[in-house]
Amino acid sequence: MFEPRVVCFFCKWCTYAGADLAGTSRKQYPPNGVAVRVNCSGRVDPQHILWAFREGADGVLLGGCHPGDCHYQDGNYNTMRRLSLLKPMLKELGIDPDRVRLEWISAAEGDKLVSVMNEFVDEIRELGPMTVDLGEKLSGVEAPPEAKDVKIAKQSKAKAKKK
Amino acid sequence: MEHRIGVFVCHCGTNIAGVVDVKRVAEELASYPGVAFSTDYTYMCSDPGQNLVKDAIKEHKLTGVVVSACSPTLHEATFRRAGVGADLNPYMVEIANIREQCSWVHQEDKPRATEKAIKIIKTMIEKVKQDEALEPIAVPVTKRALVVGGGVAGIQAALDIANSGHEVILVEKEASIGGHMAQLSETFPTLDCSQCILTPKMVDAAQHPRIKLMTYCEVGDVAGYVGNFKIKIKKKAAYVNRDVCTGCGLCSEKCPSKTDSEFEEGLATRKAIYTPFPQAVPNKPVLDAEHCLYMQSGKCGICAKICPVDAVDYTQKDEFVDVEVGAIVVATGYDLYPIINIGEYGGGKIKDVVTSLQFERLLSASGPTSGVVRRPSDGEIPKEVVFLTCVGSRDPEHHKAYCSKICCMYLTKHAMLYKHTVHDGQAYLFYMDVRTGGKGYEEFYQRAAEEDDVLYVRGKVSKLYEEDGKVIVWGVDTLTGQKVEIAADMVVLGLAMEPNAQALELAKKLKIQVNEWGFLSEAHPKLRPVESLAPGFYLAGAAQGPKDIPDAVAQASAAASKVASLFAEKEYHREPIIALVDEDECAGCRVCVSVCPYDAAEFDEEKKVAHIQEAICEGCGACIAACPSGSVTQKNLTDDQLFKMVTAALED
Repeated sequence: MFEPRVVCFFCKWCTYAGADLAGTSRKQYPPNGVAVRVNCSGRVDPQHILWAFREGADGVLLGGCHPGDCHYQDGNYNTMRRLSLLKPMLKELGIDPDRVRLEWISAAEGDKLVSVMNEFVDEIRELGPMTVDLGEKLSGVEAPPEAKDVKIAKQSKAKAKKK
Repeated sequence: MEHRIGVFVCHCGTNIAGVVDVKRVAEELASYPGVAFSTDYTYMCSDPGQNLVKDAIKEHKLTGVVVSACSPTLHEATFRRAGVGADLNPYMVEIANIREQCSWVHQEDKPRATEKAIKIIKTMIEKVKQDEALEPIAVPVTKRALVVGGGVAGIQAALDIANSGHEVILVEKEASIGGHMAQLSETFPTLDCSQCILTPKMVDAAQHPRIKLMTYCEVGDVAGYVGNFKIKIKKKAAYVNRDVCTGCGLCSEKCPSKTDSEFEEGLATRKAIYTPFPQAVPNKPVLDAEHCLYMQSGKCGICAKICPVDAVDYTQKDEFVDVEVGAIVVATGYDLYPIINIGEYGGGKIKDVVTSLQFERLLSASGPTSGVVRRPSDGEIPKEVVFLTCVGSRDPEHHKAYCSKICCMYLTKHAMLYKHTVHDGQAYLFYMDVRTGGKGYEEFYQRAAEEDDVLYVRGKVSKLYEEDGKVIVWGVDTLTGQKVEIAADMVVLGLAMEPNAQALELAKKLKIQVNEWGFLSEAHPKLRPVESLAPGFYLAGAAQGPKDIPDAVAQASAAASKVASLFAEKEYHREPIIALVDEDECAGCRVCVSVCPYDAAEFDEEKKVAHIQEAICEGCGACIAACPSGSVTQKNLTDDQLFKMVTAALED
């Protein structure tokens, strides 16, 4: 069975804490996602999302505080706006916009985190593996030199796999 | 620089090791680029575990450490201290969360949990590779506190802070301190007179050498951050020079203009120049321009003529005073949910349907009826009084979903006090549940029901209407399933408590969080109940949630002790995980200035570049994501670090 690879950007105040709560409550979900802890979902730049796809992610999950609850007043609104701009762009690039999901999960919502994880992984599984080679499409996007090397190595690996 | 990272994989007994193959994880990571040392241990947070980390740092000359264990919220500080113990900068120690976000949530798939643990640790290795040695930012602390709100919580907080040796500015928007507690008759469960226990405290606050009382004032602009707030306080025009006024009261006595008294909840009148109540502190009047004949039409001027010290000044304007404080206690209190919103109970149009605070005034010896319960419509002593709980609260469909917590108790007190004054009267109390959590509360309720014959009816009242000088109460007794109809002389509504109307505005100004109902949010519901998440702000009283007097006072004292502990340190240390501008790259577009929620990003007019004020930046990263030229970065969470972490998270 295809196991999607998911990168999760979780804000440390709400969603990351919600994920911790899911843990302390021993709620189970599939191990497809790895969380990257950021101070605020508003710290996440569309570049990071594109980078994840370029590095072989099948899905990207963003988690932030509920509207009005942002630890930093309104960072989550920035995320929401940025994402609504990014989604049409993803479409242009041939990436199904459903591969990116933004969810408001509070520190008290371990249950929600679990259901979102389950749903999202199932959805991505249905969409199938990511096939778009973003490296080619986004050749103009600047990446840190070291990271580029990693990327090239990865892509050749991925291509070899496909073959 | 050559990386020499140490990876320490904790078993956490079987919490991690029971699911994740910790030996394999440690072995596999030993060969990961940049890792110089990798090991596992049963309890890394124990003393021997911490020593293992310290020894390894020294022995293997580690440049960074990744402890793979529980969530960073638990032991990040522990292991950072351990790092310091081995002369490693604390910010070179990172936590890989392989318990809460791995072993505990993937118990059914051990091989994949192990794979995921490896990925999680790799992301943190990539992060620590680019971490920099940082120092916490030390900011000086102004050892003066601002307390907003002069109710019992604010007074208590001010007194406690002042008694711990620090200056306090106590700001109250009304002409007197005292808040709602000054309006109450007697207090449950002891039935001691509210004013008798409150007014000495009010006087203490006013006379305390370290408390500066600022009544009839409001908080204006707020700038700065913990330890260093700069606040503009608006002194509302009182049209009375209150420094000169002796409080003789002649002006109020002679003033010909009357209006509804706020303190008496509209049950009595006051003059246009007035002190809110006889025991007001300070006992000096203010002039209500809206109802003053002179201010409205230029005729009258009696108060100015009669004042023996010429304190009345019709030309007075609002004044602004700048103050500097290190901490702010918010004790803005509550309002009753507006009766106008309760259409099914007449929406305030039925005269003999009164609010709980109005009934307090009717019971009060200093109230408009001198403590004799008389109904507003005709001044008769009511013989059948119905008390309704949960009016506007516990009603998520129409009003507030939360429980107002104190209504069961104060209505029980109302019913009891009513029975004490009107012996042949009948008190009915409709309830959904009688909630008596509190010391001596259940006993008090038992006393009301058994000794004072208050009739408790379980059920909600669906409608109130007027008929032949009576208020008809339509309800149901859900215990017997029978319809209940009472022709009452008077009905008292236990209205929900809601945050004070101006509190929301203030919370916005102070940038502190509120919950969906507008109550101030605490940093942690259990472990940090009197602090706001925004540092330097402390919460006291009903502004944080419905509460009774003992709870409000306890919380106020707790907030005061938090302020005192902040003031005990010379400096306040802030996390250095903040934004930084590369001045060579910055194009000066000012997007960062526009997105910064703290006004920490500012534009340097001389250099034409943006600049982040270290002491204010909270490290949210909004500016970094917004910067079109990529010239803002976050210390120890740079874009490059994020890229590498993402890559590591996706590697097979």
